[in-house]
Amino acid sequence: MKITLERIAHTRSGDKGDLSNIGVIARDPRYYPVLLREVTAERVKHYFSDLVHGPVTRYELPNVAALNFVLEEALDGGGTVSLRLDAQGKIFGSQLLGLEIEVTEDELG
Amino acid sequence: MIRIGNAQGFWGDWLEAPVRMVEQGPLDYLTLDYLAEVTMSILQKQRKEDPALGYARDFPPLMARLAAEIAGRVKVIANAGGVNPLACAREVKRLAPGLKVAVVLGDDLMDRLDDLGDEFSEQIAAIRPQILSANAYIGAFPVAEALATGADVVIGGRIADAALALAAMVHEFGWAEDDWDRLASGIVGGHIIECGTQATGGNCSAAWETLPDPANIGYPILEAEPDGTFRVTKHSGTGGVICDACIKEQLVYEIQDPRQYFTPDVIANFTTITLKDAHVSGVKGQPRPQKLKVSISYHAGWRSIGTITFPGPQARRRCEIAEATVRERIAQLRLPFDAMHAEYLGDDQLMQLRFGVRGKDRKAVDRFTREMIPLVLSGPPGGTGYGEGRPAVREIVAYAPAYLDRDQVKTRVEVVA
Repeated sequence: MKITLERIAHTRSGDKGDLSNIGVIARDPRYYPVLLREVTAERVKHYFSDLVHGPVTRYELPNVAALNFVLEEALDGGGTVSLRLDAQGKIFGSQLLGLEIEVTEDELG
Repeated sequence: MIRIGNAQGFWGDWLEAPVRMVEQGPLDYLTLDYLAEVTMSILQKQRKEDPALGYARDFPPLMARLAAEIAGRVKVIANAGGVNPLACAREVKRLAPGLKVAVVLGDDLMDRLDDLGDEFSEQIAAIRPQILSANAYIGAFPVAEALATGADVVIGGRIADAALALAAMVHEFGWAEDDWDRLASGIVGGHIIECGTQATGGNCSAAWETLPDPANIGYPILEAEPDGTFRVTKHSGTGGVICDACIKEQLVYEIQDPRQYFTPDVIANFTTITLKDAHVSGVKGQPRPQKLKVSISYHAGWRSIGTITFPGPQARRRCEIAEATVRERIAQLRLPFDAMHAEYLGDDQLMQLRFGVRGKDRKAVDRFTREMIPLVLSGPPGGTGYGEGRPAVREIVAYAPAYLDRDQVKTRVEVVA
């Protein structure tokens, strides 16, 4: 079945220069394998293709059931240079919660 | 065990927070983190206009307000000094003469920019003429040295955010400079509290709808042990929440590779953290990097952003026509911009056009500011929301990191008389 990421994860995003990062945390550790399978760097890159012009890298934190995505060239220059409303990448996290992912009922538990 | 509370996550955070942190429960150290990447740029602009400024101006009056309560009880550690820590420290001393104030100096590299070696010069070559400030990130040890003078208040410039809390632990527990695992654990604690209420339920997508008493949200406190482990808590009776979900969100906030969280004191491995019921243990660290990060601000031109709001029906279509009009007029005037950017905010019943430009020619950016408001009379019907007049022209003070061998950075501590 299809669900949005919000059902099994929560997020926070921010900036470092022209980079933005999005932390994606499983609401329960048993969802972590689903995150690993469904929320890939390619999908995140595609999801933000209008805004993010550089590569997206995914890092894993199994100890806290979380993933960290680093998005390069993501903020129109970032900080004080960017002309965007969201110059600090604050909204990427909330927006990613709308990502559609595929899970089985077993996985949802 | 010592209690370290952070009550300022950036310059502009809640003014009441430090007062409540001191008044509402037990505390040994109050840390105040005033600096974000953009803050150094803002402070640099202020020092350019007045050489006596360039620090977080809220801080000296705050120390005056808290002086009686903290004296002999709570030590304050703050990077409020920005690009002018000595001026900040003197102002604290002037307003609160009873407090012993120490300042950590040596992060400011502006006067030595061309004497820091070829490798550094190459990194900054492209922006050298525009550089306005350059500050090395300072770690916990010089701050601990300042605490050892017996100071009530320690002020620095570009002290790394997470090092503010670590400095208290290093001072109290006497950790060695190569005690990597404990230092890494202290940095993790500092990182968790450095953004204030982001650790206690603020800006948290796991807990926002049901967050208790947000108006009285408590700021985070570390109960730190000599072995490096700690518990995250807040004063009882305050709002917000202590939960692992919120702490995890802050752990992953503004990090890159979690296996290597670089700080001046240690490289912490966030994948070794054990977090359970707000207790943190098991953190591993690697030796500190040989190079320190340098925060550089430089002049990068001018920008302006204007807005105008249109009603429906077809609010979006009205914004599109207005945007096209502005773009055509900019083209007719041949205004040389490096970038133009439009966003539409709202829905088809009411939508705001937000249009920005940036470029090196201030006159051109200034000319742009005359192009939005005429749309009220000449654009699609119902254009409104122009009460603030034409948009402001702002200098772009951009941020760039560079890296410098740590032996080049000599810090020193001064007690302000």
